[in-house]
Amino acid sequence: MEDQQRRDLRFARLLKLPMYLWTIVFVFVALLYVIGLSFLSRGEVVGVTGEVTLSNYARLASPDYLKVLLQSLKLAALTTLICIVVGYPFGYLMARLNPMARSVVMLLIIVPFWTNALIRIYGWRILFLANGPLNTLLLSLGLIKEPLKLLYTDGAVLLGMVYALIPFMILPTFTTVDKLDFSVVEAARDLGASPLYAFFTVTVPLTLAGLMAGCVLVFIPSMGLFFLNDLLGGSKSVLAGGLIQQLINSRDLPMAAALSVLLLAVTGAVIAVYRKLGGSGDMSMF
Amino acid sequence: MSEPILRLDSLCKDFGEGLVLNDLSLDILPGEFLTLLGPSGCGKTTTLRIIAGLERPTSGRVFLEGADVTGLPPEKRHVNTVFQNYALFPHMNVFQNVAYGLRVLKISKQEQRERVMAALALVRLSGYERRMPSQLSGGQKQRVAIARAVVLQPKVLLLDEPLGALDLKLRQDMQKELKQLQRQLGITFVYITHDQEEALNMSSRIVIMHGGRIEQTGTPEDVYEHPRTLFAADFIGQSNLLHGVVTAISSDGITLDVEGVSLPALPSDTFRPAVGERAALCLRPQRVRYGSTAQHGMTLRGIIRSKEYAGGMQHTQIALNDRFTLNAVTQSAELDSYALGSEVYVGWSIRHAPLVPDALGEAV
Repeated sequence: MEDQQRRDLRFARLLKLPMYLWTIVFVFVALLYVIGLSFLSRGEVVGVTGEVTLSNYARLASPDYLKVLLQSLKLAALTTLICIVVGYPFGYLMARLNPMARSVVMLLIIVPFWTNALIRIYGWRILFLANGPLNTLLLSLGLIKEPLKLLYTDGAVLLGMVYALIPFMILPTFTTVDKLDFSVVEAARDLGASPLYAFFTVTVPLTLAGLMAGCVLVFIPSMGLFFLNDLLGGSKSVLAGGLIQQLINSRDLPMAAALSVLLLAVTGAVIAVYRKLGGSGDMSMF
Repeated sequence: MSEPILRLDSLCKDFGEGLVLNDLSLDILPGEFLTLLGPSGCGKTTTLRIIAGLERPTSGRVFLEGADVTGLPPEKRHVNTVFQNYALFPHMNVFQNVAYGLRVLKISKQEQRERVMAALALVRLSGYERRMPSQLSGGQKQRVAIARAVVLQPKVLLLDEPLGALDLKLRQDMQKELKQLQRQLGITFVYITHDQEEALNMSSRIVIMHGGRIEQTGTPEDVYEHPRTLFAADFIGQSNLLHGVVTAISSDGITLDVEGVSLPALPSDTFRPAVGERAALCLRPQRVRYGSTAQHGMTLRGIIRSKEYAGGMQHTQIALNDRFTLNAVTQSAELDSYALGSEVYVGWSIRHAPLVPDALGEAV
């Protein structure tokens, strides 16, 4: 009997092995590698030298790098804000639909994921071209006299960000609203609250977990989606994710590593704040 | 007669799958403890939700103190609800829950505090202000829900099976407390339950509902002693329902043939059957008397089929013939000494066996 149990236990441990291996090799070791790299110096031609230094981090404090970081944070914050304003009501209304309509909407949200994100962003590029469909339409309607500059603007980048990330706001919101017992909203109305007052004092606080989860899921990737800025913004304004890529291309691996570590720290801080504010078990992945 | 505080006028409700409420009209008087009693699906919850404004009737009107409130949203009606699952705000503590309605009204902090404390004292929850709903027992949650509603001094308090989730002992205690609370506050209560005992214990008036209609309205004693329909007789308390056909009518009463046995009966104010019509006698087991001699009008003869002692009561089955068995209940104090299979004389006072139309089939 005990032998059997011990054997079962050993087998269970064995089953976990791939997960540990994967995590150790691709997360832990990779992370250590990046952190280690950030304390080394750049080689004359290629690679790195073994000289340990803090100069990479010192360079991060320079105004140029701070500006990039600030710009990235601003864009991420703006993206998150728009995703809240659009995505929360969307998720809320979706949860209030009948099961049939709800499945259709869910499908419409998920279908774009079947195509590579890069390809979808190329779709936006075509749409935004000076002689693209959007400008052609506006011109033919007589709403504008000459083509608008749409591509390579900050607006285009922001739109691309919101487009790419809004499902991550909609889905957690939908889940929490769907789980909400609406009799408490009825109770609020019964006690004299207008629909709007009940919404803000009862519905929103009780679905805050989903909203916050959505914020984390939108904010963090929006710090790193460099290809969006390249394709829609023409890399006019440099963002953190793009800068890391540029540094790698120019073979300054230690500096790229240092910036990555900083980005990681910012991300960690966001999650810490989220947990501090009482993020629920819905986000057990963190 | 005082003016009704609440008037329901020909309410119909159709959710798209047939009528849930079918032409329901009811006047509710100030200070009443009115219970809507019926099985699940009879329309009682829908009625309550229409009064609260959480549901719109398909047709018909609702008047509160003479004013038509049919089209008003719930927040514009001076009625409050104690919900079945309490529906407390889980993110607010007890104080904030009870203060919610006062906060909406923008009442001063000072007055809010006084009124919340008074309401909590009323339901004996002083000292629980800072507890969260998740830290309360079912009975305590129930009290918070009641305090949250009565703190607004509603004209009518609606209670949707408020004791349904509580265990028996607590339910009995809460019944007494609710009744006392109602007397103390003088607020009109409209109470919903499917528990006939609860309805009989608490109400000043019972409305028996069935299939979206009112079957019978009356005091607990009235509906218990004088059921007017087979459904009412069957739903409230235990009954021997004796289905038969009217064979003769005289100035003394009616003769009903039940499974070959002729039984005397009296017509009621609402039901005067003709010869040949089907009718049923509702005979409470406590009203059945039996003995070894044919005294006190005990003229029928039967055989003791089974005896069961349960909870201080003696339950006896007496067969009048192969197809006709009566249930009788006697106090254990007068425990009979008749052996199984012994022959007895059986009877009852015909005034205690109301006659109703035998029409359960179409209604159910």
